[in-house]
Amino acid sequence: MNMNMTILGQSIAFALFVWFCMKFVWPPIAEAMRERQKKIADGLDSASRAQRDLELAQEKASQTLREAKEQSAQILEQTNKRATLMIEEAKEQARAEGERLIEAAKAEITQEINRAKDELRAQISALIVEGAEKILESSVDAKAHSELVDKLAKQL
Amino acid sequence: MADTPVEYIQHHLQNMTYGKHPELGWKMAESSAEAAEMGFMAFHVDTLGWSIAMGLLFLFLFKKAANAVTSGVPGGLQNFVEMCFEFVDNLVKETFHGRNPLIAPLALTIFVWIFLMNSLKWLPVDWIPGLAHLLGADYFKIVPTTDPNATFGMSLGVFLLIIFYSIKVKGAGGFAKELSFTPFNHWLFIPVNLVLEIIGLLTKPISLALRLFGNMYAGEVVFILIALTFGAGLFMGLLGLGMQWIWAVFHLLVIPLQAFIFMVLTIVYLSAAHEDHH
Repeated sequence: MNMNMTILGQSIAFALFVWFCMKFVWPPIAEAMRERQKKIADGLDSASRAQRDLELAQEKASQTLREAKEQSAQILEQTNKRATLMIEEAKEQARAEGERLIEAAKAEITQEINRAKDELRAQISALIVEGAEKILESSVDAKAHSELVDKLAKQL
Repeated sequence: MADTPVEYIQHHLQNMTYGKHPELGWKMAESSAEAAEMGFMAFHVDTLGWSIAMGLLFLFLFKKAANAVTSGVPGGLQNFVEMCFEFVDNLVKETFHGRNPLIAPLALTIFVWIFLMNSLKWLPVDWIPGLAHLLGADYFKIVPTTDPNATFGMSLGVFLLIIFYSIKVKGAGGFAKELSFTPFNHWLFIPVNLVLEIIGLLTKPISLALRLFGNMYAGEVVFILIALTFGAGLFMGLLGLGMQWIWAVFHLLVIPLQAFIFMVLTIVYLSAAHEDHH
């Protein structure tokens, strides 16, 4: 256990090791760790930002969806209304058409009846004239008596 | 070995010494007496060799990690190195309040280097010296921190840093004033203050060196005593085996703790050297 020059050797070695450590070992490690800390901090930062963005987007999406639903409901309602309206209109039209047809038919029937009456009257008057001729056994000027016959026929 | 227990212990506590013998000139010491006669002009080859080897191992490992260092996902070695790095860095940040780029690397070097030197103690006491003996070396002591030269060598370095930074921060006048006017702030007390402060200053490196040396040396002696039982029959040998195991487990605590204490005290002393009281 003698004290000797070893102490100086040890001191010099110590100084050299510390110097080397300070010059070549410490700085790169410190730098890398600082960089990593920054990276992690940035990563966490952007993660929280992304989270916020996501929330915003979700909110927007749900709002859009709600709006779309509302709109579609509105459109559907309008369409229904219009459909009902159209059906009503069509019904109305059909009824009007039907009535018109009925009117026309009725008019035609009346006309037909009138024509039939006229024809009948003419035939009857002819028959009457013929009958009268036969009865009088003389020829009666049809023209001269047609006025009288028409009067008769009208009375029928 | 055929030595008596006393010889065995003494043999284990003798460093391999190369020095200038007053009569025989520069040579390897062949006995403890010869080593003692060499006085100051001698080197402990084993202490220097092992401590430098451990220092180089430290620098090699850490330099390797530093070269491959990435701010991305770290690998195994880098993880380990970063763990040490952060441990020391946090400690320095908490303890040392000045700004000095030297302190943290200094603390890291001290911690890892002393830890590595201390950890040589876990090797059974006869393995490496036995191997050295086979290679022709009579004396071989592998734990550098059981040599006061090594511990004083380091504490001397710390002491020089304390003086250097005291003068750099406070100026030569300020440093002298601090030595003269604390703890008693009166000119009449200057001699008393000087004596007290200089003793206090000198105590720092001495306590640093002796604490580490004392702990390591005592532990080493116990290991050697335990090793003695291996030659004393089966029963004692088995008992010794158990004791060796227990003592080695105990050193799981002692070895990092002593490295840690040396580092923390260094930081504290240098922190005090940076503090200006004015």
